Amino acid sequence: MDFALTEEQRMVRDMVREFADREMAPVIPALERQGKYPEKVVASLAELGILGMAIPEEFGGNAFDTVSIALVMEEIARVCASTAVTVGVHNAASAAPIARFGNREQKSRYLPAMAKGAIIGGFALTEPGCGSDAAAVAARAVRRGDRWILNGTKSWITNVKIGGVFVLMAVTDPDAGSHGISAFLVEPGMPGFSFGKDEPKMGLRSSTTGMINLVDCEVPAANLLGEEGMGLRVAFSTLDGGRIGIAAQAVGIARGAFEEARNYARTRVAFAEPLATFQAIRFMLADMATEIDAARLLTLRAASLKDTSPPGADFSREASMAKLYASEMCNRVAYKAVQIHGGYGYSAEYNVERFYRDARVTTIYEGTSEIQRIIIARKLVA
Amino acid sequence: MRLQLDEDHRMLRENVRAFAESEIRPHAAHHDRTREFPLRELRAAAALGLTGVMIPEEHGGAGMDCLSYVIVIEEISRVDASLGVILSVNNSLYCHPIATFGTSEQKAKYLTPFAKGEKLGCYCLTEPDSGSDAGSLRTQARRQGDRWILNGSKVFVTNGVAADAAIIYAKTDPGAPSSKGISAFIVEKGFPGYHTGKTETKLGITSSGSVEIVLENCEVPEANVLGEVDGGFRIALHTLDGGRIGIAAQAVGIGQGAFDEALRYSKERKQFGVPISSHQAIQFYLADMATDLDAARLLTYRAARARDTQERYTLEASMAKLFASEAANRIAYKAVQIFGGYGYINEYPVERYFRDARICELYEGTSEIQRLVISGHILK
Repeated sequence: MDFALTEEQRMVRDMVREFADREMAPVIPALERQGKYPEKVVASLAELGILGMAIPEEFGGNAFDTVSIALVMEEIARVCASTAVTVGVHNAASAAPIARFGNREQKSRYLPAMAKGAIIGGFALTEPGCGSDAAAVAARAVRRGDRWILNGTKSWITNVKIGGVFVLMAVTDPDAGSHGISAFLVEPGMPGFSFGKDEPKMGLRSSTTGMINLVDCEVPAANLLGEEGMGLRVAFSTLDGGRIGIAAQAVGIARGAFEEARNYARTRVAFAEPLATFQAIRFMLADMATEIDAARLLTLRAASLKDTSPPGADFSREASMAKLYASEMCNRVAYKAVQIHGGYGYSAEYNVERFYRDARVTTIYEGTSEIQRIIIARKLVA
Repeated sequence: MRLQLDEDHRMLRENVRAFAESEIRPHAAHHDRTREFPLRELRAAAALGLTGVMIPEEHGGAGMDCLSYVIVIEEISRVDASLGVILSVNNSLYCHPIATFGTSEQKAKYLTPFAKGEKLGCYCLTEPDSGSDAGSLRTQARRQGDRWILNGSKVFVTNGVAADAAIIYAKTDPGAPSSKGISAFIVEKGFPGYHTGKTETKLGITSSGSVEIVLENCEVPEANVLGEVDGGFRIALHTLDGGRIGIAAQAVGIGQGAFDEALRYSKERKQFGVPISSHQAIQFYLADMATDLDAARLLTYRAARARDTQERYTLEASMAKLFASEAANRIAYKAVQIFGGYGYINEYPVERYFRDARICELYEGTSEIQRLVISGHILK
């Protein structure tokens, strides 16, 4: 058992931390207030190789181990949770399944461009009537000659508008239940594809989220990802990695909020003394720091398990524990960070207001806390 | 980074667990009820090297690392938290400071037989009016020729009922401010003026032999000063860092014990026609308990690994102790809830786990003291 990062892992973490402080921290607050996507930041991250983290070297990526990816997600989210989810979905939910299930032609077409950031990837499973119950997909795909004709609506899709390819799940055989769902590589330029309205979100306002409408959308047969009927397998394969990523994002948000609160406590004077001299404030900070470390350890444990296990090994229990704990922790920490700031924490002039809003989604997407508990309990009780 | 146990640590866990299941578990409830000090079980543990896990072999110990020590305390506490703390005190609070600060004569006499488990040690810092504020202790030691004369009273001394020797902290410079002018002494139970007082009746860990120790003109030879005269408080703090890892491990063990019972029971107990483990409310308790437990264990193992590889581990130890002790209480609470009324009677072990868990937030530094330590570090 070794808690120390390797030299390489430390270097990656430090590089992204430095980038986030230097290039992101000055511009993100204003962009987020305007709900703008940080295009230049994402382009710079691509130059650093961060958009190729989950892509094999032969396709232009740099194939980081899962521990490194978690560290990168944490460092980005510490400054901007919106950017973290943009990158996280691109890597874990789009590039990773293409790298794993794609044929050579698909990989050559998409992955090098994704690694460079020329194509941003997305993932489209959720529908208005299908959230936690993923098998309830209603979008339909019917084979017609050398194409598939897709009809349906996908909602809550991260990276709409900016995305160039979406791993999209639709029903190909309505009689086969969960085995009748297939995955497709769908591009916005395909006939019948359109983006719906943007969601006016509480947080993550610098990431794009919205609907995809498919009206007789024509997808070439060559864009079926994996075999027919394998759609849920493709979808679920992204979840463990995705959950580790969101857990890391939650750790990052919490750390951002914690650091703001600590700095504020040191400088804000009340009753003639800095807040940091009061035990009530110190104890809040002690709890925040302890819980952040606990969450990071659960996250890195799942990541290191993924890195050291044989392919196909099941680490869903560990990934779900990390996601569950980190996301709930993140909300507690952000809550306390606002509390320490007092009225200023309620003002958009201070970063903790943003962290507090951003934290809220982490217990909801990539499997709600309730779904994580179901997964963990299933492993325990089985 | 690799956050999974290596083969040798996994083997150790298997061995200690097998020992705990066969030799300790069958008697745990009896000791809890009668409050008898588990001498026979302690001897059996000693035969396996569990009384001096980290002490070098040349001094009678097993010469293992801190992660091994944590696994030992965790596995013993999983079946009997009283024996867990008995071992923790002998290992961390008694043997360790002698191994670190003792002279070779002191080690020969006061370490080797204790690490082997032929004798038992205890640790006396707390006094009736000096708990969290340990530096304010009032026990006095004054020099008289080649001896020190100790007067005062020490309370809540784990192992005190059966201990052969104690490390006792006393003020050697009465004029010095709080936490200064304190020295550590190795005191044998047979020294004139060393009296063992009444055994405390406690909520939990009932068989750990907690007593008051009264020192009435207790005569201690000069050679029994541990470390430097007036340099004792540093030893106390150093000792507590390691001790906290042991208590964090104890808390993880109690949590695991309570969880295992609750999980098993939830599959057997039927209500509304199905095992209660089929009800989502119970499943969600179990999921939260398991997650809490894993987080506590990771913090504890991290602290142990920090101790194995780096000089300072105060912050890691305090975080582990704080989180694990509170987690053990949350887990034991939910375990009782899953048992319903049966969790409230002593026919089922969760009643004992629930009581035993409570101490983890109190001794070796309360949760509040851990928060002081942690905030001191992060606001440095």
